[in-house]
Amino acid sequence: MQQDPDSQVVLSRVGDDVAFGAENLSVPRDEIWNRVHRALEAVGLNLPLDRPTSALSGGQKQRLALAGILAMQPGLLLLDEPTANLDPGGVLDVRDAVLRSVQETGATLVVVEHRVAVWADVVDRIIVLDPGGGVLADGAPGAVLGRARQSLLDAGVWVPGHRPLTRPRHDSGSGEQLLSAVDLTVSREQARRRRPARPAASGIDLDVSAGKALSITGPNGAGKSTLALTLAGLLPAAGGAVKAHPALARGVESSPFRWHSKNLISRIGTVFQEPEHQFVTNRVYDELAFGPRQLEGGVDADERVSELLERLRLTRLAEANPFTLSGGEKRRLSVATVLASRPDVLVLDEPTFGQDANTWAELASLLSGLLDEGTAVVSVTHDEDFTEVLGGARLHLAPDGETGDSGQPATARGLGAHEH
Amino acid sequence: MSTDVMAPARSTALLSRANPVSKLAAAFLITIALVLTVDWVSATIALVCELALLPLAGLSLRVLLSRGWPILFAALVGGYGTALLAEDSGAVVVDWGIITFSEGSLQAGIAIMLRGLAIALPGIIVLASTDPTDLADGLAQKLRLPHRFVLGALAAMRLVGLLLEEWHTLGMARRARGVGSNGGYAGRFKASLGQALALLVQAIRRATRLAMTMEARGFGGAERTWARESRYSILDLWVLCGAAVITALAVGAAVVLGTWNPIF
Repeated sequence: MQQDPDSQVVLSRVGDDVAFGAENLSVPRDEIWNRVHRALEAVGLNLPLDRPTSALSGGQKQRLALAGILAMQPGLLLLDEPTANLDPGGVLDVRDAVLRSVQETGATLVVVEHRVAVWADVVDRIIVLDPGGGVLADGAPGAVLGRARQSLLDAGVWVPGHRPLTRPRHDSGSGEQLLSAVDLTVSREQARRRRPARPAASGIDLDVSAGKALSITGPNGAGKSTLALTLAGLLPAAGGAVKAHPALARGVESSPFRWHSKNLISRIGTVFQEPEHQFVTNRVYDELAFGPRQLEGGVDADERVSELLERLRLTRLAEANPFTLSGGEKRRLSVATVLASRPDVLVLDEPTFGQDANTWAELASLLSGLLDEGTAVVSVTHDEDFTEVLGGARLHLAPDGETGDSGQPATARGLGAHEH
Repeated sequence: MSTDVMAPARSTALLSRANPVSKLAAAFLITIALVLTVDWVSATIALVCELALLPLAGLSLRVLLSRGWPILFAALVGGYGTALLAEDSGAVVVDWGIITFSEGSLQAGIAIMLRGLAIALPGIIVLASTDPTDLADGLAQKLRLPHRFVLGALAAMRLVGLLLEEWHTLGMARRARGVGSNGGYAGRFKASLGQALALLVQAIRRATRLAMTMEARGFGGAERTWARESRYSILDLWVLCGAAVITALAVGAAVVLGTWNPIF
């Protein structure tokens, strides 16, 4: 089993997908359906067999993949960061499903992971690989985590009970208002004449101010990313409005969605969850110079680029192709490319997802520095520690169905109410 | 939120319960007969019969028009072109200088248009009433097509919906980078080209991962069993008989009325 939930699913219906592996092993038909039922039960997916697999959440897809593997009745389960792309709830669901099925079938479990805390309590043995080759430590979890603790920390592994050191916030910001949402409804669909867009979240009021952080939290499907993209001027508002204040608009109109892209990048920068989506050239240096070159008025691109390369420790990679970088380097580069055009507002979608502890700490410190310099930072995140480091206001989106009797979409709760 | 082209809710229409292989054979039979002749009698009869069968496939005329209008448009253009270029014969109906339509050329144009529609419709009926997974089962189990290709294609088709989503995300991600701010049409064209290339990169990555997943589930062996059996029922006999009757009616009427006009 691998990381990306979308490529763990083969067929388009739940039952067929679980049966796929058993079919390939030439298991007789009646036995296949027996196994399908047992496997789905073992992973705790109580779904009809003809449910479309595209309707499942990331965590459900990973459990479905696990059921497909169990239906093959393997003696060994090999999992490669199976929870890397899931929210905290999904992580626990998948882990518990794995444990339950391993206990039932007596299969051996091998899991590759850098978030050690998820599995540390349940495995019998941990092997730490040396980046230079060979084995760094091998033995019972308690012993290994004790003995190799420092080298694990150095290597950026998430060791249980340790939070990486980050730069503290100093300045709480001037607080000049930059961006406001007024009774905002967000949706990824375009409204048609006969069919209005289905809202992902509605009734949102918020302010984004210079030097202040805003964290958008809530479970999967509550419309967090959609809200961030709407604030960033990439999706139109489905209702209500996103308004840029004069301090941010600087002479262009007040709706960020209508801005020309060269006006957008110098005002609001957006960092997507998947760094590769934002790479537009084939050299790290050009990637960083791309933003400044779009801007008018004699910006010295070279100067900005070398400064950013230095600041984000990418100097030795200046000539490399962005697609060949490691996960942490890609993340640092994607943030740097957006910073290159010096936006007043930075919007980040799950910036810490799947990152090792070192990249995490760097990112948190960098953003804390930017906040002190007066940049506004809006982040969509599940990461409690990250939210705590940045401080500022928090907006919690409640999921569909919890808010009332009429199937209302998500609404904003605890609106920037408490500062940390 | 992906567009679910692959697993629509199970249709309750009668034809969706027939075996996809027999539906394909039926559509093939009608199509072959219509390809062999260009005349308005056989095309009209086949078209009327096919339209009458729409409810059996769970299609209404309204749905057909809203989704299949490009085909109607293409047929109209084809008919117009034929009427324009066909040899004039009989009385002249329209005469605008170089553009003339005579009775003979109009008749040819109408025949081409009706024939186009009558040939396209069986395909639409089969597609609308067939679940992709059932089709793959039928092709691999009944027609003995190599299961590796059939299942590979089926798994790939599931990614089409994901690609659509990815295209939208890429569009936004690239606007956030300032792509396409310079240059008019040429700049925008270049930006779209870049976006298509980025999509291709993502598609290949995802396909590679999916292939690995399939291999991890034991895909690719010479033998496999099928959890869902593709079966023929008495309904399939009716489907084939229906196609035979439509074909016989269309061809018979054309021959009797003397409009049979083979292409050879």
